[in-house]
Order: sequence, then C-alpha cells, then structure tokens
Amino acid sequence: MGKKAMKKKNSVLKTARKHWMLLLMLLPATVYVVIFSYVPMTGIVLAFKNYQYAGGIYGSPWNGLANFKALMISGKLGMVTRNTLLYNIAFIFLGVIFEMGSAILLNEIISKLFKKVSQSFMFLPYFISWVVAGAIMYNIFNYERGVFNHIITAFGGKPFDLYNTAAAWPAVLILLKVWKQTGYGSVVYLAAITGMDQEMYEAASIDGANEWQKIRYLTIPLLVPTMMVLVLLAIGNIFRGDFGLFYQTVKSSAILTPVTDVIDTYVFRLLINDGNIGVSAAAGLYQSVLCFITITICNNLVKKFNPDYALY
Amino acid sequence: MRRFDHRIHLSKDKIAVNILGIILIGIFALMCVMPFYLIIVASITPEASLIRDGYPLIPRGFDLQSYALCLKNPVSILKAYGVTISVTLVGTFLAIFLSTMTGYVLSRQDFPWRNKFSFFFFFTTLFNGGLVPWYILCVRYLGFKNSFLGILLPLMFSVWNMIIAKSFMTGIPAAITESAKIDGANDMVIFLRLIIPLSKPLIATLGLFSALAYWNDWYNCMLYITEENMFTLQYYLQRMLGSAEAMRLVAEKSGIALPSVPLEGMKMAMTVIATGPIVLLYPFVQRYFVKGLTIGAVKG
Repeated sequence: MGKKAMKKKNSVLKTARKHWMLLLMLLPATVYVVIFSYVPMTGIVLAFKNYQYAGGIYGSPWNGLANFKALMISGKLGMVTRNTLLYNIAFIFLGVIFEMGSAILLNEIISKLFKKVSQSFMFLPYFISWVVAGAIMYNIFNYERGVFNHIITAFGGKPFDLYNTAAAWPAVLILLKVWKQTGYGSVVYLAAITGMDQEMYEAASIDGANEWQKIRYLTIPLLVPTMMVLVLLAIGNIFRGDFGLFYQTVKSSAILTPVTDVIDTYVFRLLINDGNIGVSAAAGLYQSVLCFITITICNNLVKKFNPDYALY
Repeated sequence: MRRFDHRIHLSKDKIAVNILGIILIGIFALMCVMPFYLIIVASITPEASLIRDGYPLIPRGFDLQSYALCLKNPVSILKAYGVTISVTLVGTFLAIFLSTMTGYVLSRQDFPWRNKFSFFFFFTTLFNGGLVPWYILCVRYLGFKNSFLGILLPLMFSVWNMIIAKSFMTGIPAAITESAKIDGANDMVIFLRLIIPLSKPLIATLGLFSALAYWNDWYNCMLYITEENMFTLQYYLQRMLGSAEAMRLVAEKSGIALPSVPLEGMKMAMTVIATGPIVLLYPFVQRYFVKGLTIGAVKG
C-alpha cells in the first residue's frame, strides 16, 4: 500500500473514530434509505427481464428490450405522458396565479379577523385525504343526487352527468387540485411578502403611488424570484403525476381514462390489475429517467438564478 | 388616537383593494369550506329525503341515524380507528425522531462528511427505481403483506423532512454544541437535551406533516393489506365508498334489511368520521405551522 493511500485510510479511520457517535446517529436513516431507495434502484433491471416468481428480481431471465417493445405496442405511453405533462402544466400555471394572487390580496386586507378565518378555511382542503376529496366530489357531481345537478335543475337546466362526460374532466381535476393546494401554496408567497423591505413601500407612498401601483410595480416584481424558484422546482417534477388525485376521483373508469390517465396510474394498473411486472417496470423506468433529466436541468437553472434555493 | 389616525389615512384605493380582496378571498374561502358543510348536512339528512330529493344545500331535518348505523357495526370502524391512531402515533414519533436526528448530524459544521451524506440522502429524491421494484421488494423480501410494517415503514422517513430539519438546525448557534462538548457531553446527549428543546417549531411542523401523512394514508394499505381488521381509516372509507358490495356486508353484519339501510347517508357520515380528528388538530399547531411551512415549502 502506498504511503498516500495509507495516509488517506488513516484519516478516514481517524474521522470515523472521532465522530463515531454522529455516525451511529446517522445509521438508522442510512439503513432505511439503502433498503427503501438504493436497493429498489438496482431493481430497475426488472425492466429488461421476464419476471418469474421463482427467480425473483435478480434470478429471472433477461429478455432485452421486449418489455419496452410491448410498452410501445400498447400505444398508451404517448397518451399518458401527454396527460401527465398537460395536467402538470395547468397545475403549475393556475397554481402560481391562485397562490400568488391570494397571498397578495390577503396581505392587503386590513381586517385581522377576516384574514385569519379565511386563511383557516383555505387550509381545510389541504388536510384531507384524496379519498375524502373523492367523496366530496361524488357528493357534488353525482348524477342522480348531486348538489350540482340539484341547483341546475332548480333553475330549469338539464342535469349533467360528469362521470360519463370525459371532456369535462380536465377542468374539474384542475379545479380540484387548485382547491386543495392554494391555501398551503400561498403561505410561501405570503412569507416572502412579509419579509419585504417596508421602506420601499413608504418611499413609493411619498412619491404618490397608489395601492394598485404598489402591487403592480413593487409586490409582484419582488415576488418573481420566489415564483421562479417554485415554478422551476415544479417543472422538475413535471413527469410525476399526483396519483391520489387521479386514482381516487376517476376510479379507473374506462370512459374517463383517455383524458385522465397519467403515467403513475398507468404503471399502477399494469402492476396491480394486470400483474404485468416487466412492462410496468419498463414504464416506471421510463418515468424515472424523464424525471431525473428534468429535475437535473431545472436545478441547474435554479442554481444559476438563485443558488440559495438550489436543491443540491 | 393611533387607531383614529389609521382610519383617516385609509385612502380610496386602499379601500378598493380591500373590497376586491374581501370579495375574491371570501368567495374562494367559501368554496373551500362549502363542500365540508355539504357533507355534514348530507350526513344528518334522513335517507329517504336523500334518495328522493338528492343531497341538500340547506338541512332538511336532523337525523343521526347514519352515524348510529356507522357505529352499529362498530367492530370494523373502531378497528380502523385503532389501527390509524396507533400507526399515526408510533409513526409520527419515529418520523420526528429519525428526521431530526439525521438533520442534526448533517447540520453540524464540524462533521467533515456532512456533504457526502447529504448527497447520499438527497440523491434518492432525484432518481428512484419506480413502483415495481419497490413493491416486489416489500412484498417478497420484507414480508409487508398483511403486516403493520407495510403501513408504518413506507412513511417513516422522508428526505424532505430531514432537509427541513437540517436547515432549521443550521440556524441554531454552533456555540451551544461546542460548549456542551467542552463540558464533556456526547453528541446524542447534546441532541436530546439541548437541540430538541430548541426545535419546538420544527417538531410541531414535522409532526403535523407526518401525522397528516399517516392519518391520510390509504395507498400503502391498499398495496399491502387485505385483512379487513388491519385496514386504516381512509382505506376503510375508500372501500366503503367504492363498493356497494362492502356496503351490503356492513348492512348484513349490523342486521338490517338492505332496503332500509341508509347507504348514501352512511357514506357521508363515514366521510365526516374519517376526516374529523385531523382537522381538529390544526388549531393546536397553527402557531408553529406557518413558520415551519415556510422552510418546508421552498425546499419541499
């Protein structure tokens, strides 16, 4: 062993001995991450295998790109990728408008009581599971008894059968997501506004700026950096669908899947309903690689833009 | 006097912004709370009225029969409550402990490997093996099928929560750790005796995140649990909402003939029962929540 290597080994041992307690404290989380994240990462070989129960993950025979070919032939991949992408773009776009908008307005409202009560109300949807959110949707849009149709018919309209009308689902799902997310999302913007330099606002007032001008020329431009970071981080996850949202509201209804199926629900159904392990692993790997690329690109952009907010 | 001053300075545009804000925020806040109101109203409306006239906007009568029926076959619901409460308590405790302990070590500037370990953890959020290998590992090699481990372990450690803990603890003066070290305390003692008491807002936030995740979990239960007496509350609700068959079973068990069972009302009552407690938790942690969320939301 060379002197240099020896020295390096010694310094590693020295550090380990010096900080043995810290290392011990890291041990549980390290073991956890190895088991639940790193070991499954090696399981991506399944995408190139013909999984057989007897052989398990590592013992099953290789079958090259057959799983990917099957995935291509199914013709669904393009559809679910498109859906995932379009839904997430809508979520990000409307998310910014609603979250930033409500933060700005909440900040302007003088009445403390109104602010507190309305903010608590806006937080409520964040606290429920998608199961409950699905139940709520059912209560409102159920064809025979739903509140929505109740109101429509009361005004002489024709009842609307949402659960059989695929075209209406994108709008409904986007609204549902905005409904659930806005209260939580506005907190970051609100904190950014509260942290702004008050002197600027005072100077603007002295210069005769009215309230609208202060929002237009001070608050919004000052929120842009926060917004950029949040948007870029969201774009990083643009190929990851919100499984609960799509699964609990759509319930795998065949009429609705063309417009509501995202990669996550597709992989899930391939695995659990069809038991098609090889093909679903291939679809999962496809998603993981897409996510990895987008996250890496977006993080590099964030780093250029505002290093403090970069993920790594 | 100050208050009077303040009022005088309310300019026209300030009033206009306020009116607009109150209207828009008011509408949105109402939209957020309205569905909960509708569910509660539906749950106390007599079944006959629900079937005949649909879900009401304004209460039509007051009838707790749906709740009574939910509790008439209390075994499964109480079981589900028991499972959810115990998994939430144990899981939240372990999750807080694990993420704060790990976050503390990685916040220690004198720990030379902190960046290497940070990246080791962080990489798992950039790339993952996907659902399939994970599922097979858990079912085949870890024995999660019909085991409490299946609903406890998957939510026990989150790298995001660990990062929140790390950035919070980086803000605690290093002098605290240093002086305790000079006094001869070891790292674990420093963490438990000094750092934890200084991290109350952090713990409240992480606790709320974890408790929410456990309480609202149906996904892991759906993947791993097939035995009815191990269902979590949300999954129990999902099954109940999802299948008329399950409803019929409940009806049979509680010994009521099918036509008179308030299926619709029961769905709504069950939704209220499954949601209630976690929403009631919010006021107690609200004080800490916004502060902690702000750290969390940017990096999570």
